[in-house]
Amino acid sequence: MSIKKSIIACCSLFLSTAVLAETITIATVNNGDMITMKELSKSFTSENPDINLKWVTLEENILRQRVTTDVATKGGQYDVMTIGTYEVPIWGKQGWLRELDKLGENYDVDDILPAIRNGLTVKDKLYAAPFYAESSMVMYRTDLMAKAGLTMPKAPSWEFIQKAAKAMTDKQSGVYGLCLRGKAGWGENIALITAMSNSFGARWFDQNWKPQFDSQEWHDTLQYYVDSMTKYGPPGSSANGFNENLALFQTGKCGIWIDATVAGAFVTNKENSEVAEHVGFALAPDNGLGKRGNWLWSWTLAIPASSKKSNAAQRFISWATSKEYTELVAAKKGWVNVPPGTRASLYNNPDYMAAAPFAQITLDSIQSADPINPTVKPVPYVGVQFVAIPEFQGIGTAVGQQFAAALTGQMTVKQALQSAQRLVERAMRKARYPK
Amino acid sequence: MANNNSIKTKLIYTFIAWTISGLIFFPILWTLITSFKTEAEAISASPSLFMFDWTLENYEDVLARSPYFNHFWNSIVISIGSSILGLLIAIPAAWSMAFVQTKRTKNLLMWMLSTKMLPPVGVLIPIYLLFRDFGLLDTKVGLVIVMTLINLPIMVWMLYTYFREIPNEVLEAARMDGASIGEEILYVLLPIALPGIASTLLLNVILAWNEAFWTLILTAANAAPLTAFIASYSSPEGLFYAKLSAASAMAIVPILILGWFSQKQLVRGLSFGAVK
Repeated sequence: MSIKKSIIACCSLFLSTAVLAETITIATVNNGDMITMKELSKSFTSENPDINLKWVTLEENILRQRVTTDVATKGGQYDVMTIGTYEVPIWGKQGWLRELDKLGENYDVDDILPAIRNGLTVKDKLYAAPFYAESSMVMYRTDLMAKAGLTMPKAPSWEFIQKAAKAMTDKQSGVYGLCLRGKAGWGENIALITAMSNSFGARWFDQNWKPQFDSQEWHDTLQYYVDSMTKYGPPGSSANGFNENLALFQTGKCGIWIDATVAGAFVTNKENSEVAEHVGFALAPDNGLGKRGNWLWSWTLAIPASSKKSNAAQRFISWATSKEYTELVAAKKGWVNVPPGTRASLYNNPDYMAAAPFAQITLDSIQSADPINPTVKPVPYVGVQFVAIPEFQGIGTAVGQQFAAALTGQMTVKQALQSAQRLVERAMRKARYPK
Repeated sequence: MANNNSIKTKLIYTFIAWTISGLIFFPILWTLITSFKTEAEAISASPSLFMFDWTLENYEDVLARSPYFNHFWNSIVISIGSSILGLLIAIPAAWSMAFVQTKRTKNLLMWMLSTKMLPPVGVLIPIYLLFRDFGLLDTKVGLVIVMTLINLPIMVWMLYTYFREIPNEVLEAARMDGASIGEEILYVLLPIALPGIASTLLLNVILAWNEAFWTLILTAANAAPLTAFIASYSSPEGLFYAKLSAASAMAIVPILILGWFSQKQLVRGLSFGAVK
């Protein structure tokens, strides 16, 4: 009789767990850190048997299109979304995201780096938790620098970068001094050139939302970019984004590459990088105006307002962005593969600092980026390499096309800037700025 | 002399045909080859066509990381389901247009075809809202419906041009013998038009299999077909070209095999069908 009762009790327990288990759907991008999160999520489900996870992994642009459609129409397809620092303030203000107020007592919110946390907070409410964050930095070939008789300073100027690029360029051997993003798009060439323009004293808008592409600062920025890339860049650079430049750098074709700090782990990985032992890092360049040309980006986890499983979703987010998760990744994959850039405690960890040669530069770059005051002159917007307004995706890509045309020689620098000024003025007029 | 010229012309045409075929097939071949390389070899500055260490590692990784067979099953259900449902609607529609014509039939056919010229994103929000309200988001039923509607104009056009080839007298004879409309279509029209119906079905299966706008937007975790499976291996920050190639190969090989075996039907369908 007691055996029978035990069997019934076990069956009931099993059935009740199965029936009560909530399934949350997580939409994410296919980046290395996200793939690791998906792999290690078994640890979360074993600790939380009442929650099942379903994953939707997509390319960044497709994911953005899908989650934007879903969140704007309250479709309710996803419970956790991977979104960037561009979306969080806009969607938070629109009421499309749930406040993250149940992350648990042990979730150390104050450990999140202030530069990152500020970008995810709207009216003192946290709307997304950072999974990993990045800035941009200079990656260079130490062997080529030595051959050129130069030493890269920790904080180089744009003038020095051009000098070093010139010295390292050897077109006959297929080595190009400088690799920068050239592909048109608000997250491609515009991310780089906007961050660059901050250090040249330029800005997208003045305090009255009037576009500023007709300024001398913008002319200097774009002229430097076009000149440097034409003289020292690889052929066909107007088609190059992060991946293309990564491939060029890893195969020894680039002397200097300025791009996301997350690339540090790739270029020093001996399995894939032919130059892993000859890579140095430095801060993004400046012009002595008080702003460096580095950006700030974070992939974050957020909950759409339409989700009916907010509690379970918050438990997952709390796990995936916690200090404990960092330790789990370190134990399973090594410290160098830990998602970087979000927590101060990671940069106080000697194991991590020893394993990741790019860690200090990453931290310094993130801390030096200020999304609230990104430019030399005052601006009415938030965002370092973007302007956090809904119209930016459209105008950013359109301006990116003008700049790409200048790079390929279809337009002069002056014509590209005039065209950018016209199209942004028109877009802002249509959107009725200033609001 | 004339014979020599004709051989020369044939050789030139054959050479041009093979060159064009090679150009069309090369990206697929390159994808297949890359899928057997390591990630480092896939991005090598001096890529090798065959002389590299062949590996199945990418296929193992892709199968371990993604539920390939779920996506595969979803693609099968969506493409075959929408093709069959489409035929059920398109056959009577094409019959009426081919055999019971009015003066507005041509306009109606042109209007149907013009819906294919509308950019899909133009109707994204209304369709998304309808799907949300009817509970069709991320369901195979929803995708079968939307794929049917998208490909219906082409199906009707293809069948219409086929049916126009069939003499009206044959159907009239059936009617004289007392056949109802249903019997006339089922027992007389369909057996005669079977090759055309088969090629319409095949073309629609291929179109539905390859569709990569609605299948990506309207699905999440449950009904996502192989297009979503491929999209999950494209990364903005990270070089996964070999894995992406393996995923692409796994997605296109089934439809490539189907296309190979049914190429005669397809060519016949296209040359007799809407493009005639």
